[in-house]
Amino acid sequence: MDDSARFVAQHVATLPKSGIRDFFAIVSKMKDAVSLGIGEPDFVTPFHIREAAMAALEKGRTSYTDNRGTLALREEISRYVARNYGPEYNPEDEILVTVGVSEALDALLRATLNPGDKVLYHEPCYVSYAPSVTLCHATAVPIRTVSSDQFALDPAALRAAWQPGCKVLVLNFPTNPTGGTANRQKLEEIAKFAIEKDLLVASDEIYSELTFEGDHVSIASLPGMRERTVFLHGFSKAFAMTGFRIGYACGPAGVIDGMLKIHQYGIMCASIISQEAAVEALKNGRESMLHMRDKYRERRDFIVRRFNELGLPCHLPRGAFYAFPNITSTGLDSMAFASQLLAAQKVAMVPGTAFGAAGAGFCRASFSTSYERIHEAGERIARFLDTLPARK
Amino acid sequence: MNNVLKLLLEGEPLDTAQIGKILNLGAEAVDRELANLRAQGILLGMRAVLNPSYEAERRVRAVIEIKIRTEGTGGFDGIAERISQFEQVESCYLMSGGYDLLVVVTADNLYKVAGFVHERLARIEGVQGTSTHFFLRAYKKDGFVITDEGTRRDQPSVSP
Repeated sequence: MDDSARFVAQHVATLPKSGIRDFFAIVSKMKDAVSLGIGEPDFVTPFHIREAAMAALEKGRTSYTDNRGTLALREEISRYVARNYGPEYNPEDEILVTVGVSEALDALLRATLNPGDKVLYHEPCYVSYAPSVTLCHATAVPIRTVSSDQFALDPAALRAAWQPGCKVLVLNFPTNPTGGTANRQKLEEIAKFAIEKDLLVASDEIYSELTFEGDHVSIASLPGMRERTVFLHGFSKAFAMTGFRIGYACGPAGVIDGMLKIHQYGIMCASIISQEAAVEALKNGRESMLHMRDKYRERRDFIVRRFNELGLPCHLPRGAFYAFPNITSTGLDSMAFASQLLAAQKVAMVPGTAFGAAGAGFCRASFSTSYERIHEAGERIARFLDTLPARK
Repeated sequence: MNNVLKLLLEGEPLDTAQIGKILNLGAEAVDRELANLRAQGILLGMRAVLNPSYEAERRVRAVIEIKIRTEGTGGFDGIAERISQFEQVESCYLMSGGYDLLVVVTADNLYKVAGFVHERLARIEGVQGTSTHFFLRAYKKDGFVITDEGTRRDQPSVSP
């Protein structure tokens, strides 16, 4: 009898498991399921980037690196961020290479939060934000975003959600799972508020290259924000490098130093092979990135049109590779819709509630998959909807 | 590029009804577009791409390099067009370099390829010499990489 769970700390024991795990367990055992649940590019990493990783192995570059990451990579990151986002960061002490953005955000929260501090973030959002805050013995304060606003963060909602003790504001534009973005004007208002309340902003911009409408604006580029923003980015989505596990944080040296302490004791450094591949991605990956972005945009247009035709209202996501249709017309809640659809027609969509309470009434469908699968999923969803009493 | 053509070239197995839905055109419009492409001589036809290992159990395939003498014959075009008529010939190209024509042939077995070379090709006036190479194994065909294990085998079917 394994009763070792008694050793698990209380704040970990009470942490809910990711809702996505349950779905994964069911879908992975199911034959001929069509999964719209995959949160990563369906493209294989461009060959020239894989080649750089192979070259690193062939040259025997298999050692540890500087805790901060190789200087060559930090210099490339510095140039890439300045060119594409605006702010300039010193490769010596303002950039930290991490094992994906997840590690960067975790290190940032642990480096800055004291027990009892509060963290503002917008929901629906990536599954790890609230748990990462809880693991710091801090309190997560969600701000609801809504489909009528295309899931952008309304500065008034931010102001309303604020309470004494809030120290960090986590932003993620474009947003997983909604594809929400924030335009310059909204970001300026958010920035003004962050300055007024002396908030540190953690800006997860992992999907920024996959912006389909308008230009992506980083809050770090706005006046007065560079010194209170940590810009988080990585290679997984733009360059289809999820398995390389490589990301980075750029910010003022004081905060990066705090993160470095956690990173050096906990992780030591990101894999040198991934770092070498990342240099190649930043130097020569733009063309393949743009090609993939165009493909996502075409598929987005198809899947969004299909959901709307099927009577599942779906806003046009302005970035990332997820559609987030409203399923309330089915008379089912998100979880029931997703599980019944999976059982009846073997189509996997992720219930919106996996991304926070504000996701209720929605499901996430990734369009990072082939036309054939999107088409097939559409046909199956149509058949499923025909069987629902609320839709007859 | 024409959107219908672009989608066809991506290689996904889609029928015209599916293409119509994806491009928001309707199947008839796609059919019309395909007819246009055929009429313009851009789209020659559509054929399934089979896994070469499936084909290899049934057919052998070879490339033949052919050297040609043009004096007193129909010139490159005349000879190449003649060779292209044979049903064994899958494709035929005029090449730069050490030989003139490159011909891909398929047949039921090795002897039939041999027969084709010495009974048919070698007898064509202007064919000076041939060099035949048999395909042993395919690793990539028409843009499809053929591997024993899929590259995405371990990818979770649902992820955050």
